[in-house]
Amino acid sequence: MMAFYFSRLVEIFPFFLKGLWMTTQIAFISLFTCTLLGFVLGILRSGKNRILKWIIGVYVSFVRGTPFVVQIFIVFFILPEWGIQLKAFPAALLAMAIMGSAFICEIVAGGINAISKGQWEAGTASGLSLIQQLRLVIIPQAMKVILPPLVGQYVLLIKDTSVVSVIGVMELTRVGWVTVVRIPEGLMVFSLVGALYFVISYPLILLSNYLERRMAI
Amino acid sequence: MLADFNFRIIFEYLPLFLTGLRSTFFISAVSIFLALIAGTIACACRISSFKMLKYPAIAYIEVIRSTPLLVQIYFLYFGLPTLGIRVPEIQTGIIALMLNSGAYIAEIIRAGITSVDDGQIEAGVASGLNYFQRMRFIILPQALGATVPPLLGQSIVLVKDSALLSLISVMELTRVGQTMTSERFMPTEAFLTVAFFYMCIYFCLKALADWSQRKLIYREAY
Repeated sequence: MMAFYFSRLVEIFPFFLKGLWMTTQIAFISLFTCTLLGFVLGILRSGKNRILKWIIGVYVSFVRGTPFVVQIFIVFFILPEWGIQLKAFPAALLAMAIMGSAFICEIVAGGINAISKGQWEAGTASGLSLIQQLRLVIIPQAMKVILPPLVGQYVLLIKDTSVVSVIGVMELTRVGWVTVVRIPEGLMVFSLVGALYFVISYPLILLSNYLERRMAI
Repeated sequence: MLADFNFRIIFEYLPLFLTGLRSTFFISAVSIFLALIAGTIACACRISSFKMLKYPAIAYIEVIRSTPLLVQIYFLYFGLPTLGIRVPEIQTGIIALMLNSGAYIAEIIRAGITSVDDGQIEAGVASGLNYFQRMRFIILPQALGATVPPLLGQSIVLVKDSALLSLISVMELTRVGQTMTSERFMPTEAFLTVAFFYMCIYFCLKALADWSQRKLIYREAY
């Protein structure tokens, strides 16, 4: 029976590759938007504007304090009540962007705060504008602190894409879930799903470990 | 938007929410306790120089860390019955959370142990302490302080991860929200209340983690 199911699984393997492609797409788009948003929010959070800092703080606490599934349900079920109807795929991307940017915001703000005040002052003294100070002085140095946890966060984000399967996005985990109904070999099906995730995230884990060693002062 | 937020229905469902909250507490507490044991064992194997223990521990930690928890949960949920093991969903969920957090905890403990400076171990050797004495008197007292804040951080993650058990129909907090949504179709009330309860747990654990961070991390005076 095992052998029979195994050959069935080989037969529908292209289905899994499709799921993998979907996961890769979601992961890639989310990593991009989360990084962008996270940096903007992180810079604002480490800045001087009290009100802005407080608002971002509330947002970050909300995201960090609630499970990602609940956030997806909020985006997918509550937004329509307020007149914003989203299909599963954009809803998934939106939920990922909300969740990921909050975590990256904290990493970026932490990195910027780790830079001593003297660097800002030196920037001002050299006649650099605020944007120039950030771009030429602060961010390049903060990157050393930001990069290792950022790559670690990327791994977590890629793994979290599995949760968007709950709203019916046909990504890798959903493919496994659909398959296991027809091929009742849970161990086999989800080993395959796990192996495919492993292929994407393990290289990033190694990269994160490498950066951590490399950037350690 | 929130003008027609219906508090009455929340009060009506409050007993169910409290049951869910209690279930989330129970699942998280049992899982973190078991994960601590699993993590300690995995870490002990990971740092041992005995290859038969070391490599399986590395494989366990790396496989868990590079696959999503949801896949691990489904792996057990759909996989255990094919092995002829039939356990209730809640136990499947606790096993999955234990195995998942165990791998992370193993790494946290290892980081704590390796954070102790080599010179201190050498000083211990020079003072004639044996391996267990060095662990007992030098390494563990310092390493434990360094591991408490990240362990509390991991328990925050675990509480949030326990929400995924709702997907294998364990009746916990998130599942109560789903139930209420399907019975009354009031997702706003349901999921914002669920989020509120998770936030309460989060702030308590966060306060504890921040406090331990201030108290327990050994810092050199300068």
